[in-house]
Amino acid sequence: MFEAIAFYLFAFLTALMFFITVTTSQALHALTALAAGMIFISAFFFILGADFLGAVQIVVYSGAVMALYAFGMMFFDTTRDVKEKQGNKYIIAGLSIVSAILVVLIFAAPMVTDNITALYPMTEGVGNTQDVGMVLFTKYLVPFEVAAVMLLVAMVAGIVLAGKKMDASLTEMSEAEIEEINTRELS
Amino acid sequence: MEIYLYVALFAPLVGSLFAALFGASPRTKIAGIVPSLLLGVSFIASSVLLKHIVSGGDIVHVEMMTWMATGDLYIPFGFVVDQISVTMMMVVTLVSTIVHVYAIGYMDHDKGFNRFFSYLSAFVFSMMILVMSDNFAGLFIGWEGVGLCSWLLIGFWYHKESATWAANEAFIMNRIADLGMLIGIFLVFWNTGTLQYDGAFAAMQNLDQETLTWIGIFLFIGAMGKSAQFPLHTWLADAMEGPTPVSALIHAATMVTAGVYLVVRSNELYALIPHVGLFIASLGAFVAIFAASMALVNRDIKRVIAYSTLSQLGYMFAAAGLGAYWVALFHLMAHAFFKALLFLGAGNVMHAMNSELDPFKMGGLGKTMKVSMIMMTLASVALAGIFPLAGFFSKDLILEVAFVDHHFIIYTVLLLTAGLTAFYSFRIIALIFHGEDRHTALGFHPHEAYKFMLVAMSPLLILAIIAGFTMKMPYFEMVTQLLPATEYHVHSATTYWIMTIGTQLFVILAIFFAYRKYMSKDIRVPDGTSRMENNFFYKLLINQYYIPHFYEEYLVKPYRELSTIFFKQIDQKIVDATVDGIANVLLATGESTRVVQSGNLSTMLKWMVAGMVALLSLAVVFGLAVKYLDEIQAILSGLGV
Amino acid sequence: MMEIGLNHYLVLSTILFAIGLIGVMKRRNLLLLFFATEILLNSVNIAFAAISHYYGDLTGQMFAFFVIAIAASEVAVGLGLLIVWHKRHSNIDLDTMSTMKG
Repeated sequence: MFEAIAFYLFAFLTALMFFITVTTSQALHALTALAAGMIFISAFFFILGADFLGAVQIVVYSGAVMALYAFGMMFFDTTRDVKEKQGNKYIIAGLSIVSAILVVLIFAAPMVTDNITALYPMTEGVGNTQDVGMVLFTKYLVPFEVAAVMLLVAMVAGIVLAGKKMDASLTEMSEAEIEEINTRELS
Repeated sequence: MEIYLYVALFAPLVGSLFAALFGASPRTKIAGIVPSLLLGVSFIASSVLLKHIVSGGDIVHVEMMTWMATGDLYIPFGFVVDQISVTMMMVVTLVSTIVHVYAIGYMDHDKGFNRFFSYLSAFVFSMMILVMSDNFAGLFIGWEGVGLCSWLLIGFWYHKESATWAANEAFIMNRIADLGMLIGIFLVFWNTGTLQYDGAFAAMQNLDQETLTWIGIFLFIGAMGKSAQFPLHTWLADAMEGPTPVSALIHAATMVTAGVYLVVRSNELYALIPHVGLFIASLGAFVAIFAASMALVNRDIKRVIAYSTLSQLGYMFAAAGLGAYWVALFHLMAHAFFKALLFLGAGNVMHAMNSELDPFKMGGLGKTMKVSMIMMTLASVALAGIFPLAGFFSKDLILEVAFVDHHFIIYTVLLLTAGLTAFYSFRIIALIFHGEDRHTALGFHPHEAYKFMLVAMSPLLILAIIAGFTMKMPYFEMVTQLLPATEYHVHSATTYWIMTIGTQLFVILAIFFAYRKYMSKDIRVPDGTSRMENNFFYKLLINQYYIPHFYEEYLVKPYRELSTIFFKQIDQKIVDATVDGIANVLLATGESTRVVQSGNLSTMLKWMVAGMVALLSLAVVFGLAVKYLDEIQAILSGLGV
Repeated sequence: MMEIGLNHYLVLSTILFAIGLIGVMKRRNLLLLFFATEILLNSVNIAFAAISHYYGDLTGQMFAFFVIAIAASEVAVGLGLLIVWHKRHSNIDLDTMSTMKG
């Protein structure tokens, strides 16, 4: 009962927030709605017993990603209204709705579920976080490390792309050029 | 003994590859000397093998490696040195060594010096494979190898239109004949299940006459092509476009005799089908006189000698066809010596006369080129068959064979040819070396060839003189261990002496007639006005019986027209049009759909979503189809599908 | 109706995905386009977590975890690129990016 109420509530809220995100003409509204939607999604994770995932969702999305977007928006001119495309709105809505209906249709069809057995079953009497940790650092250790390297690469890439003068290489410059840069900085 | 076999076989290959290393670099003497030395090594190894065989040693038979082994087909790279192949090996290595040494001098000023030796040694290697192989497949490889090298060497001066034309003509004619040969080899395998000589010939004893006849005919077609027998003879005279050492080695002494070798090698087959043998003999006799008649009037030294080669090949086939295989092989050997000598002598003359080939423009060269004159004269005497030179023992033997076997028509034809041979041989000798000096007026300043070239030729000269009376009996004893040992003796001594002396007198008469006619002082360079030149027979002969003309007019031209029609109607309008059509459709499709690539990310995303919807719809449709499969099948069967 | 099953979550995930698709197709401001892609990723995460829960298998959660990691790196690199583009052209309008026009 409680679960049902929670599900419908958060489902409604999430859909609403995301709808605002894609329709509003104010970039700031969109950002705020997106952040709210993200937090509401973490609620589903808690309902589903995936505590760790829910925590990660809040930390990464609402914390890191949203903060990044917020900083990113400072670079752009977001005060004016976002101009929308003058395309055919019926095509867009039609395509989305048709694809959604098709996917639902596929879900509604009786699925072959008998022979599905859990590859990494959840352990009874153990918290979700501990459980996730067990699997993540045994079976998924290599993908985990690869993901870590990928994040590092992404970080370096972000710094290089966005940072000032990061397109110039100090190692390839001559002493005189570096000196010139330094004097310009100081003045 | 095996090591000698491998040395004899592979030394020429090493020489060829060595010379090929210098293929792109400028002329270096070493590219000629090393292959010549290696051929000398090959010759020595062959001599050791000959000694081994003559002294009654076993036949050397090696199987180097498996070449093909699939199902019932088993073909090894096997080589055999028996009495037949050792004879051929000796001829090939000896003549080619001499020709190599000679060519170092002859090709001295040629830009393609290195290339020439690479080709020439490759030819020797192919020829060795041809004669040493112990199966038909290996023989065929060698057969094609010599064909290829012959093509390369005829067209050696590829910048000359006529040389490339002649090379292609030789190659194409040989391909026609090789098809016959290939069919023959297939038939052999089809009917005997093996390509090894010993196995195949043993199995042939049990085959019916008709099959054997077909095998014999098809194999002989191959031999006809390589040995330039009528009607595939036209390429040999045109092959004289190649450098003269090539003519001496390939188109006189070795390659063209491969056909004779094939018939001799297949003697067990032809012994079973005497009617095919008789056909071969008749064709041989016909070619002998046919070629000799063309040689009578030709005004090109090398072509005259080429026709003489053709004529002598006819003799060999006549002997082989009549079952006198050892006689054919003996004449092959003797002929190789004096014909190579004759060609090399002609090469000296050509060299001296700046590649001028018309004997009517020479005359009196004997004063400056004494050694060449003596050599060519002796070679011609040997060719004419005067006692005691080589030709007497081999050629007169063929006449005797024909006589003893009561083939009097063949005998008469061959006897007549002997006279013609003597006449045309001495016709060119007289025109070149004797009579009035006609060349100085034309601005030629002849000189004798290099000393070492003459020295290189001298073994051939010695062999041309002594090969007959010293070698006949040992040779007979050796080779008849493998070949049918038929001794041909005329029954009554009187008939024999009348025949021999009569032939000798006839030939000598022909020689004197030639000298008398062509040493006279009023020989001029023919200009097409004299009465003789407008004679019908002269025209017929100088135009080679209009056979090349016939081929050109009735085979080449219709074929070319047919090809043009096919090119224009079928290739261009159907094949090309189809290909172009496909390309045009693709081009048009691309042209009309390039608007899709607007470069606008938003549009692309829309297309992506549309594609996703399409795929999802497909998934739904297939899912439904699988679910309601039975009903759908019922409906379809109701519709009668 | 009151018993929440797997299908409920999957339908919710589909609806959110459809909303994300609308955003992807209709936005022409690149920053807002990024927002829409975040919605797509999140909707898929819900499906993963739900399947993981209803089949008692942790694999779904693992996938969701890696999806979050990828989304984070995408944002980092994507925003960097956006900033570079904005520095050069002082706009982040999709319609101006048409150098790939065929």
